[in-house]
Amino acid sequence: MTEQLTPGVPASLARDLAAHDVGRRRFIGYVLGGATLVAAADMALAGTPAHAAVPSAPQVPEIYDLNDFLTDSNRATANLITVTINEDGTASFDLHRAEVGQGVTTSTAMLIAEELDLPLSKVRIGLADARPELLYNQLTGGSNTTISTFTPIRVAAAVAKGALLDAAAIVLGDTVALLQSKEGVITGPSGSITYGELATLAASDRVQQREVQLKAPSEFRVIGTPRNRIDALAAVTGRKDYTTDLQVPGALPTMICRAPTLNGTPRRLLNPGEVKAMPGVTHVAVVSTGIAVRARTFGQAIDAVRAVRAEWNDGPVAGQSDEDIVAELRAAEVPMPKLPDLPLLAKTVSADFTFYFRSNSAMDTNSAIADVREDRAEIWSGMKSPIYTQQRIAELLGMTQDQVTCHVVQAGGSFGRRLFSDGALEAAEVSQAMGVPVKLMWHRADDARVGRAHPMCTSRINATYLAGQVLSFQQVHTSVETDYRHGLGEYFTSVAADLPAGLGNLGFAESIFTMTQEIPYNFGVVAQNLVEVDDRFNTGSMRNIYSPDVRAASELVVDQLAKAMGKDPLRFRLEFAKEQRLRDVLNAVAKAGTWGRPMAPGTAQGIAVHKEYKGVSACLVEIDCRPATVNREIREAVTGPRVTKVVYAIDAGLVVNPRGLEAQMQGGINDGIALALTSSLHLRDGHFVEASWDNYFYTRQWNTPRDVEVIIMPSESGQVGGAGEAGVAATFAAVACAFTRATGRQPTYFPINHQDPFPFEVKSYVPPVPASPTNGLNFTY
Amino acid sequence: MPRQTFVLNGKTVTVDVADDVRLLWVLRDLLGVTGPKYGCGINVCKACTSHINGKAFNPCAVPVGALKPGDKITTIEGLPEQVRDSERGPNGLHPMQEAWLDRDVAQCGYCQPGQIMAAVALVKKVRREGRSLTEADLDGIRNICRCGTYTRIREAIKQGARDM
Repeated sequence: MTEQLTPGVPASLARDLAAHDVGRRRFIGYVLGGATLVAAADMALAGTPAHAAVPSAPQVPEIYDLNDFLTDSNRATANLITVTINEDGTASFDLHRAEVGQGVTTSTAMLIAEELDLPLSKVRIGLADARPELLYNQLTGGSNTTISTFTPIRVAAAVAKGALLDAAAIVLGDTVALLQSKEGVITGPSGSITYGELATLAASDRVQQREVQLKAPSEFRVIGTPRNRIDALAAVTGRKDYTTDLQVPGALPTMICRAPTLNGTPRRLLNPGEVKAMPGVTHVAVVSTGIAVRARTFGQAIDAVRAVRAEWNDGPVAGQSDEDIVAELRAAEVPMPKLPDLPLLAKTVSADFTFYFRSNSAMDTNSAIADVREDRAEIWSGMKSPIYTQQRIAELLGMTQDQVTCHVVQAGGSFGRRLFSDGALEAAEVSQAMGVPVKLMWHRADDARVGRAHPMCTSRINATYLAGQVLSFQQVHTSVETDYRHGLGEYFTSVAADLPAGLGNLGFAESIFTMTQEIPYNFGVVAQNLVEVDDRFNTGSMRNIYSPDVRAASELVVDQLAKAMGKDPLRFRLEFAKEQRLRDVLNAVAKAGTWGRPMAPGTAQGIAVHKEYKGVSACLVEIDCRPATVNREIREAVTGPRVTKVVYAIDAGLVVNPRGLEAQMQGGINDGIALALTSSLHLRDGHFVEASWDNYFYTRQWNTPRDVEVIIMPSESGQVGGAGEAGVAATFAAVACAFTRATGRQPTYFPINHQDPFPFEVKSYVPPVPASPTNGLNFTY
Repeated sequence: MPRQTFVLNGKTVTVDVADDVRLLWVLRDLLGVTGPKYGCGINVCKACTSHINGKAFNPCAVPVGALKPGDKITTIEGLPEQVRDSERGPNGLHPMQEAWLDRDVAQCGYCQPGQIMAAVALVKKVRREGRSLTEADLDGIRNICRCGTYTRIREAIKQGARDM
């Protein structure tokens, strides 16, 4: 009789498979020398990249995507990350990534709790200072944190558990095989002992190499279960500290008075005595980006900024407006490539869209504390590329890298903003100029007008079809430069990205575009190209980088193709989808959202898909574009069409924390709605107009759907996917498609309100920040 | 330097600072009470929402000199003490904070103290008006969340209102 472990699989093959699986879970780690147990893993353990097998003409991301690139870059480093077991029974780990709201401290704690058999509440996650020896491996971006740290962190935790079991066996007089670990306690036939009691007993006086075997997914008790954030209690009690909440001795509130044009520079401060004599003001200094003032309170710093009279050099876009930049992009557009073998009868569908500048606008404005002395500097800030920041600050201050300490602080949002440490660089310069510690904070007006933004771009598409087949799909994206000069978070690649005439950055941009963009349909000859021009703006990777614009443009054309070919948008997508996972998410949202249900005139459904970060997603929205909705009045607000319902399905592979993934999708949905309907920056006469949250219209409660459902698809995949950005692109695309179907009018630019009159009075440029109101007690409720 | 006196989270405090400094900076920079956050300084983002004599307000838009000595200021730090022991939840917090934990609302967390303070005031206002909370009331909340946690905020407010 043949023994069968898995139905339908011969025993020999099942054993081979099991052995292979164990082999894939067996790793080498270390116990480091020390007074308490410190277990370490090599970041080079980051898993092998998933090379998908795709039958027909795959695009680059199907074989090797941005996450493979980031993960492989990490593999090159041979440095250790460590889990420490403390005498109070907790485990601690300093994560070499930034927590900016995306939930990586919680998912990391879950990985450690899982392998250590420790309650989640006993895992403490800090953020590592800049560690130059980690080279490429301290950059937070591309939704890559869990993808690249999933294995190494578990290995370190498993090494710790192995050492604890060995120590327990000695203390209890049992063999390891008879011991069981659970909830931080090891129990054997002779008794039990806690991790806390074992912390020093399991320590080693020398480095020991250990082989460990990670848990199989079938043994997971923590990974894959919905968990609340480990920092939630601190957040809801006001105890979670962001940079400006930290108390560093002598670091007084500091702000910058900036030039009236974008990136203008100070020529001369005309009234230093007057500013210095303002109440509370301690120091005034001219620095490269403006006039810095330091005061007892931020309120007095705002008043001092407003009192500055200065002469300024114009910035590089002085006198220019949106129309000039659109014209520049149009002039840079290359012709759509000609297809030689197109059948004569093939019909063409074309589209051309403009996407205006948008701000990543975190709630927590750029801020940093800097204490610069003669021979050393200490910096605190929310930094997603702390090694690069440390190197840049050392260069700026004329110090060596090891004289600069960079502490990574949890930040109130990033959306790409904190890949650049603009606040930290400025704080270091100001502290050195003033000779005192400073707590530098950008005003909201600075953040909106001068902060990093998603570049303006155009996207053109030609698609051809004949006899029920799509023969070709070509997309050319032309954009103001996206700044990648942070490189991979350290100096060497950032220098490469900073080669003269933008050559290096363009290489980065094209690589990132090529490694992220993909048309997930069988559309014959598919080509997507990027052209970037103009490096005068403060740009960067805004959440999901190119994908929201590229996908919105493509999915609108997919709807056009479906219409031209007489097919329902859902059926068309199901028919042309390249892979089953895509059909599965489409079917999931179509079912939950009742695709095709009768809708009143002026309202419609829209559906769209996206594939990135090892995952696939689909979004179904319903939009209301009826006059009564569009014209609803809310004081100093943009109302307009309202998305009334969203159903979002994502297959993110192996999910560490489904509750966190759901939260990220909910957030991404609001980003997608903002990109489609309400939020953009307007360039007018050399500066961005927006200076307030009532100027820059990110989604508000009156814009958000009342009905939101997120479906997390079951997955057999052992591959973890990215979460932080995966909700944006499909939502933007679905809202754009729904708006087009509801109004019968396909927009030519986004957001759709960009050319509407401002519903606000533009705030002054001199002074560059508005005064705080004094009438707050008139609005109590 | 004028002496400013008011009641902060149940305790009388006195600070030496000019009348025109906005209360937000007196709380954050001088008293070290950092639950109320800065997001704009012009009473738009509502991240600093706190309570004065039980009603929501934004300290970024109130000069400290406008306060009377008996005015009771409550920030997120003092919210749990606004309800009796028996009304507090498993974490010893105000029912709205407990609902926030239960729904796992926060992402970056920066705006959440202000969101919670606004939610408590909204529920109390609706009750004063003798009616129950509507979706339109929730649509009217001006507090910004750039992480886009609006869906869970709405769920948590409904849940917190039931427990208040």
